Amino acid sequence: MGKMMFIDLTRCTACRGCQVACKQWKSLPGEATRNTGTHQNPPDLSFNTLKLVRFSEPKVDGKLHWLFFPDACRHCLEPPCMGQANLDDEGAVIQDEATGAVIFTDKIANADAEAVRTACPYDIPRPEKDGKMSSKCDFCIDRISNGMKPSCVHVCPTGCMNFGTEEEMRALAKTRLEEVKKHYPQATLGNDDVRVMYLFAVDPKNYSYNAVAEAAPTGPMTRREVFASLAGKPKA
Amino acid sequence: MTNYWEDISNSDCVLMMGCNPAENHPISFKWVLRAKDKGATLIHVDPRFTRTTGHCQLSAHLRSGSDIAFIGGMINYILANKLFFADYMREYTNASFVVGSKFSFKDGLFSGFDAKKKVYDKSTWAFEMDANGVPVRDDSFKNPRCVLNLLQKHFERYTLDAVTAATGTSKEDLLAVYKAFASTGTAERSGTIMYAMGYTQKTVGVQNIRSMSIVQLLLGNIGVAGGGVNALRGESNVQGSTDQGLLANILPGYIDVPKSSFAKYEDWVKASTPVSKDPKSVNWWGNKPKYIASLLKSMYPEATLEEAFQMLPKVDAHRKMTDYFWLNIFERMHKGEMKGLFAWGMNPACGGANAQKNREAMGKLKWLVNVNLYENETSSFWKGPGMKPESIKTEVFFLPCAASYEKEGSVTNSSRVVQWRYRGPHPLNNVKPDGDIMLELFKEIRGMYEKDGGAYPDPIKALNIADWEEHNEYSPRKVARLLNGYFLKDVTINGTTYTKGQQVPSFAMLQADGSTTSGCWVLCGMQPAADKHLGMRRDKTATEMQANLSMTPNWAWAWPVNRRIIYNRASVDATGKPFAPQKAVIAWKDGKWVGDVVDGGGDPGTKHPFIMQTHGMGALFGPGREDGPFPEHYEPMESPLKKHGFSNQRVNPVAYLLPTEKLAIADAKFPHICTTYRVTEHWQTGLMTRRQEWLLEAEPEVFCEMNPALAKSIGINNGDRVLLSSPRGEVNAVAMVTERIQSFTIMGKEVHQIGLPWHYGWVTPNFGGDSANLLTSSVGEPNTGIPETKAFMANVRKA
Repeated sequence: MGKMMFIDLTRCTACRGCQVACKQWKSLPGEATRNTGTHQNPPDLSFNTLKLVRFSEPKVDGKLHWLFFPDACRHCLEPPCMGQANLDDEGAVIQDEATGAVIFTDKIANADAEAVRTACPYDIPRPEKDGKMSSKCDFCIDRISNGMKPSCVHVCPTGCMNFGTEEEMRALAKTRLEEVKKHYPQATLGNDDVRVMYLFAVDPKNYSYNAVAEAAPTGPMTRREVFASLAGKPKA
Repeated sequence: MTNYWEDISNSDCVLMMGCNPAENHPISFKWVLRAKDKGATLIHVDPRFTRTTGHCQLSAHLRSGSDIAFIGGMINYILANKLFFADYMREYTNASFVVGSKFSFKDGLFSGFDAKKKVYDKSTWAFEMDANGVPVRDDSFKNPRCVLNLLQKHFERYTLDAVTAATGTSKEDLLAVYKAFASTGTAERSGTIMYAMGYTQKTVGVQNIRSMSIVQLLLGNIGVAGGGVNALRGESNVQGSTDQGLLANILPGYIDVPKSSFAKYEDWVKASTPVSKDPKSVNWWGNKPKYIASLLKSMYPEATLEEAFQMLPKVDAHRKMTDYFWLNIFERMHKGEMKGLFAWGMNPACGGANAQKNREAMGKLKWLVNVNLYENETSSFWKGPGMKPESIKTEVFFLPCAASYEKEGSVTNSSRVVQWRYRGPHPLNNVKPDGDIMLELFKEIRGMYEKDGGAYPDPIKALNIADWEEHNEYSPRKVARLLNGYFLKDVTINGTTYTKGQQVPSFAMLQADGSTTSGCWVLCGMQPAADKHLGMRRDKTATEMQANLSMTPNWAWAWPVNRRIIYNRASVDATGKPFAPQKAVIAWKDGKWVGDVVDGGGDPGTKHPFIMQTHGMGALFGPGREDGPFPEHYEPMESPLKKHGFSNQRVNPVAYLLPTEKLAIADAKFPHICTTYRVTEHWQTGLMTRRQEWLLEAEPEVFCEMNPALAKSIGINNGDRVLLSSPRGEVNAVAMVTERIQSFTIMGKEVHQIGLPWHYGWVTPNFGGDSANLLTSSVGEPNTGIPETKAFMANVRKA
C-alpha cells in the first residue's frame, strides 16, 4: 500500500510554508534571486529547491483566478526516472518498500542527469550545477520512516497538504472532490498513478505546464527507455 | 478581537475588509476555510485581488480610503430594507436613546465644531437624560432625535449611486456584498468582520471600525459565536503591548493618562470614572477607582495614593493628544526640540510614515539608543542614502537584545489569550532580554540620582523594582505576579479573608483604598497563586457546549476573567435562552450560566449586556470619539478629488495635520492612488526576515503592483524597474504588472490604483530597495494618531 500525499489546491493560499519548511528540514541554501515581476521565486525547481510554489493568473471563463501549485516529485508508482537512471547504475534510484518513496541515492552521480530529467513525466529532477548529482524530493523518508509527516505537510496551515496511507488519501481525495464541486464545478483530480495526488479547482493546465502528465507510459519499457537503449545507453 | 481565532469557523458570513488574512495572517485562514466548509459565504473587500480574494465566493474592489462610503452604504441598505435583528437592536443597543437637542449634523460637520482649534465640543452630542439621570428611551422609535432615526437620516445619503461614485465599486458588487452580509441579521445566523491596517491606517481609522461596529450591532452580531469585530493584530504580542498601555493616552489596563488639570488624585479618579444611574447597567468602568489605585500601588507601594498620583507624569490639559503620539514626536525631533530617543524594538527609519523626515529628525538628536536584534536602518541612519555622516552629531548606541525565543514571558494574541512561552536557546554573550536591559538602565539612573541628586528624584527613587527582579536579574515570573496583583495587607471581602502577600484571585477583589496592587487590572486572575500562572495551561478539555464552538477555556487564559467572547450576554434573550441554540455561547440552565464566562453575572434579564459601556448598550451612536458620534465619509488627506459627493468638508476636520505638510490633492504630478501592504514572507520592516535566506529568496526586493493599462500608458513591461514618487520622496522598485490591481472610476474620473510592500530598507540586501514609507505622509487620525499610510497619492514612471 505505502504512503501518499493528497494536495487539495482549493485550500492553498501560497503561504509557501511548505517551500520554506522543505529547505529548513533539509538545510538547503537559499538562492540568490531577484524579483522578475512575479511572486514565484526561486523561478524554478533546482538542485537546492526541491519544493516550489508556482503562481499563475489565468482567466477562466472570463474570470480572473490566482492559482498556486506546490510542485515537487510525485513519487510515481512506477517511476520512469528509476528505469532511466538504473540503466546507468543499478541502485541510482530506489523505491522504498514500506512507503513507496522514490529516492535518489549517491549513485545518481553515475546517471545521465539530463536523461533522468527528461524521463520524468513532470520535469522534476534537477542536476547539480558544476557537479554530477541530481536531486529531488525524497518524501522526507527520514521523517516518514519514523512516524512523522513530511516537513511540507507538517507546516501546512490550511489542510491543503495531507499525508497518510494510500487508502486514506485516496478516500480523502474522493470525498474532497465531491465537497468542492459546489464551489468549483470544474474541479478534478490529477494523475492517480502517483503518490502525490492533487485536487484542482479548475483545469489543471491553468496551474502549471507540469501539473499533470499527458498519459501513463505503456509497455514493458518506457519510451525514454526505448530511446535510451537505441541511443546506445547504458554505457557499454 | 471580541471573539477568538477558532471562532471564525462558526461564522455564516466572513467579511474580510482592510485586511488580507490569507497572506498576512496565514494561520487564521485555517478557520476561515473551515467556515467555508460548513457553508459560510466568504467576502473580500479590498483595492486588490489578493490570495484572500481567490478563496472568496464574493469580492468587491474599492479604491483605498473609501471604506466608510462602502460600509455606510451597507448601513443604509440594512435600515432601508429593515434587515436588522429587531429585538437585539431594540434591547441591546442605544437605538432607542434620545440625543439632546444641541446635536446636529450639517454639510459634513457635527455640532460643536471649533473651526479655529479644530476640535469638537462633545458635550453637544450628549444623550437626553430623565429626572433620574438615565438616558431617555423611545422604544417606539417615533422621536426624530432617537438614535435609530438619526442614524437613518445620516446614512440615507449613502445611496448606491453616491457610494459607487466614491468607492469605484460597481453597484452589482455592492449589492451582492450588502445582501450576503445583511443575511446574518437574524437570530440564528452570524457574520464576522476581520480587519487590519487597511482600516486603521487612515485619517478616519477609528471611524472605519465604528462603521463596521454599527453594522454588527444592527445585525445582532456582537457577543455571538461566529460574529464580532475582530482586529487581526500585526505582531504576536501587539494585544499584550496595548494592554500594557504602550500608547501616550493610556496607562496599563486602558486607564486614562492623568492631565495637568488634575490637582488631586480624586480629580483624576472622578474625571476617569463614568457614572450610570440605570440599575440594569453594570457600568464596569465604574470600578475604575479600584484599578487606578491598584496600578499606583504596584508602582509605589509605600506611598499614599495622593503621593503616588503626584509622582506620575501628566499630559498638558490644553494640548491635543495627537501632540503626544508618534507623528508629533518626530515632528518635534525634526525641529530639534528633542535631545534623545530610545528606539526600542523599532525601526522608525523604515517603519514610520514619512521615513525620510524620521531619518533627518534623528540627525538632530544628541543621542539615539537602538535596542534591536540586528543592525538596521535606524541604528545606521547616519550612513544611509543621502546622509552626510560628517555633519551628523548624533551619538548612536546599539544594544543587542535577545529574540523572543531566547527569553521567557507571556504573549497575548489577538484572541486576548495570554500564553506563557518558555525560553528556548540562551542568548549569545552580552545579549540580554529587554527586561534586563531596562532593569540595569533603571538601576544606573537611580544610582546617579542618589549620588548626584537632580530635579525631582522622588518618582525614580520610590519606584517598586523589587517586584521586577530575582537574584539581581529581571524576572518575568515576578512581573507576572505584579501584573495580576497581590494584597498589601489582610483584607476581608464578603466574609473571606485574604492575607498580606496573597495573589488577588480576580479583579472583582481589587480595592480602591490602596490595599491591593495590580499592574494591569485586566490581567488580574491570570495568576491566582504565586506559583500558578494560568497562561501555562495546555489543557484542551472543554464541555460539549464549548467544544461545539472550538472553544478551549482550559488552554492558557484570556482576559477578562477567561471570557472568550466578550459581550456574550448579547447572545441570549431576557430569559437566558440563546438566540442561536445550534451555536450557543452561554445559556441559563438549572439556575446557572453554562458555556463561556458570562458578561455581567446575575440572573437573565437583570443586566444590560454591553457592560463596558456606561449605559450598558451597544453604541450605534458613539459620543466619545474626537471626530463625531457617527462615521462620515471624508477623502484621505491625499486623494484625486478636490471635492467629494457627501459634503463640502473634504477631509476629517479634526485629523492631525501639520501646516508644513506637503500634500498632493488632485495633483497631476501624483495622479495615482497608492497603498502599502505586507507579504507573507517578511515581517514589519523586515529586520528579522530580510536576513533569512529562505524568506529572502522568495521575496527578494520591493515591487510595485500596477495594472496592464497603466503599465502600457507609461511604457512599462512586467519586471521593468520603475520609480515611484510622492511629495515626500522616491522609491525604486520592480514593476509587477497584473490584472489583480485595477483602475477605478471615482466621481467620473478614472484613477489607477498602485501599491507596494513596506518591508524593505537599504541596509540589506543591497539590491532590495528602500522603505515604502519614504512615500507616505505624516498625517494622522485624531483619536489614535495613527498615520495614513494606506491611502496617498503617487506617481510611477520608468526608472
